[in-house]
Amino acid sequence: MSALDLARWQYAITTVYHFLFVPLTIGLSFFVAGLQTAWVRTGDAKYLRLTRFFGELFLINFALGVVTGIVQEFQFGMNWSAYSRFVGDIFGAPLAIEGLLAFFLESTFLGLWIFGWDRLPKKVHLATIWITAVGTAISAYIILAANSWMQHPVGYEFNAAAGRAELKDFLAVLLNNTAVVTFFHTIVAVFLTTGAFVAGIAMWRLLRRGDQEDAPAFRGMARTGAWIVILSAVLVLVTGDVQGKVMTEQQPMKMAAAEALYTTEQPASFSIFTIGSLDGSQEVFSIRIPNVLSFLATGDVNGKVEGINDLQAQETATYGPGDYRPYAPLTYWSFRLMIGMGALAVLAALWFLWAMRRGRTPGRLAVTAAIGLPFLPLLSNSLGWVFTEFGRQPWIVFGLMPTDAGVSPTGSALEVGLTMVGFTLLYGALAVVEVRLLLRRIRAGLPPAEAAGFEDEPSLALGY
Amino acid sequence: MDLQTIWFALIALLWVGYLVLEGFDFGVGILLLVLGRNEAERRAMLRTIGPVWDGNEVWVLVAGGATFAAFPEWYATLFSGFYLALFLLLVGLIVRGIAIEYRNKREDATWRARCDVAIAFGSFVPALLWGVAFANIVAGVPIDAHKQFTGNLLTLLNPFGLLGGLTTLLLFVTHGAVFLALKTEGDLRARANRLALRVGLVAAVVAVAFLAWTEAQRGSPASIVFAVLTAGSFVGALAANVVRHEGWAFIGTAAAIALAVVTLFTALYPNVMPSSTDPAFSLTIHNASSTDYTLTIMTAVAVIFTPIVLIYQGWTYWVFRKRVSVPPVSVER
Repeated sequence: MSALDLARWQYAITTVYHFLFVPLTIGLSFFVAGLQTAWVRTGDAKYLRLTRFFGELFLINFALGVVTGIVQEFQFGMNWSAYSRFVGDIFGAPLAIEGLLAFFLESTFLGLWIFGWDRLPKKVHLATIWITAVGTAISAYIILAANSWMQHPVGYEFNAAAGRAELKDFLAVLLNNTAVVTFFHTIVAVFLTTGAFVAGIAMWRLLRRGDQEDAPAFRGMARTGAWIVILSAVLVLVTGDVQGKVMTEQQPMKMAAAEALYTTEQPASFSIFTIGSLDGSQEVFSIRIPNVLSFLATGDVNGKVEGINDLQAQETATYGPGDYRPYAPLTYWSFRLMIGMGALAVLAALWFLWAMRRGRTPGRLAVTAAIGLPFLPLLSNSLGWVFTEFGRQPWIVFGLMPTDAGVSPTGSALEVGLTMVGFTLLYGALAVVEVRLLLRRIRAGLPPAEAAGFEDEPSLALGY
Repeated sequence: MDLQTIWFALIALLWVGYLVLEGFDFGVGILLLVLGRNEAERRAMLRTIGPVWDGNEVWVLVAGGATFAAFPEWYATLFSGFYLALFLLLVGLIVRGIAIEYRNKREDATWRARCDVAIAFGSFVPALLWGVAFANIVAGVPIDAHKQFTGNLLTLLNPFGLLGGLTTLLLFVTHGAVFLALKTEGDLRARANRLALRVGLVAAVVAVAFLAWTEAQRGSPASIVFAVLTAGSFVGALAANVVRHEGWAFIGTAAAIALAVVTLFTALYPNVMPSSTDPAFSLTIHNASSTDYTLTIMTAVAVIFTPIVLIYQGWTYWVFRKRVSVPPVSVER
């Protein structure tokens, strides 16, 4: 493999891995803030214990999000220095601003929250977790604005003399409509992920553990989590639909690749699945729903959806000779499985609610569903990123810079391979450590309302 | 003053913030197995940095991001050039962060012992490598006409680079020991105080040698003044440490690290990465910078938000100002 391939693999591995922790960091910070608010308002010790239980899981997850985030920032310069030189005038600012506005807020106020249980007045302490949560959301918006600029560059001018893209309108970059729709789609997916995490864990405890005393608390959490999944899913659908139309307008090739649609159709059907090579030559078998792709792409059931072959011809005319087609099997399946995994999570949530109606307890099969549920949205999120990033190929910045032009010219395949293997092994080991710790905490159940004393520091339930 | 100079100064300021703050928590991490004789002591040591270390680390993310935004060519050449060194540094930071956060999540002596080793290793590696990196940046590295670094990892491990690494390592260990003397009680405090002096004396000699060598290579009148002030602050810190004025000693080591960074940046200016291949290939604040438009926007953001960050980070230190005590017997929670 070339240094370019290895750098791409490294980016894919480290980014997908990082994004396993990001949604739970954002979602759980809000969820825990909500639980703590319930405790402060009602004084019910149940909410304090739940705050600490989910707070602990949140912190275990947060730590990995933080350390893998550093790699994300360094990686642009390390593996993609040509890209960094080309876009730095535009792309660097959001990264710096994200640190200044969001990371400081998150890390500082989370430190106060972890260690400040007895040092701060109750309401000030509650404010620290809310501020942390707001910090995570600000961070999400800014970094998505940076990514959206790669999907749909705006507010810039190409300076031929300097050989780089230069910022002309910062607000246009910040308020890019791609960023706005992507943010809403991502943030509701984050809540879906969080709901599934909460519902899965609560259901597992309800069914597998004999802690009758805490059963009502977990029953409540299982219901809450399931409702969050369902409500978020409706919003994921709506925002995804809006995003699809924006995408069709800005990156028509990506929409065509999502369906592996080679020839332009009007109206266009959507295939649930296809058996065949997806290279446009031979389709063995597929199940299709008429008009759906037209609606997804254009909002009109009879809308025209351009196919890969026509778009290839158009892009060749615009950008010169070259292959402008993303790898269709990957975009096709990641797009479907993203939706499919999300739909499965919704089914599980609906089933949980039905099975718990009027005080009932679900049967044993729900244990399996409870274990699987937290993983479904995580998979769905990852596939969403795989789709949107691979669907943009061969571009690193759409229409402006091809991916192979962005890689560091200095990195040898050996060096890039070394760091890729190094990060992958390290990340793999950390995943094992993290999952074990999470399971250990989940098995331990709800902590007591008053944690064991450590001198005058009862707050150590969450601290060191 | 032009925008490029302002941003050069602001990036120096961000590195000052990072190395002063994370400097002491690196020091505490390195000393974990040296000063912490039992579980209670090690736990107390980690408690001193617990609420703040992560916030301290954000300074490097902002410094990196600001370099990307204000001087993309500098960011690109530096990060792609110092590739394997940065990889090792990242591994150190990752292992350390996870070990600090996960150490007390399990009641298991073996687990904790492993985490302690990881914390010490993950603090040692960056403490050394930041010095190696800055020494090489100031001295100059092989850079060609296309602004590309043409060396490798071994290029960086030259005598001057290693002396720079040793300097930051010893400064951070001293800074960490002084911080522990300031933040703990009893026997641990007394031992930290004694260790600060012993390591500090070695650090003083090494740091003076490093700064003198720096001045010999890239000296300017201003940077010589800062180098002298660095040495003065550090000696003052050690003197305050001897008479047990722990607050002053900490201010002294913090000032010494800050002034050392200022010395290096002053020696560097107006270059950001001098080329040892040909001075004509050097990256300067002008040929590495973003447009004035971007720098203006970044300046506005920095002017508004940096003071806010300083206020709430300062408030955190105020909230956790109390010394951390070591319980008489090892208390398991």
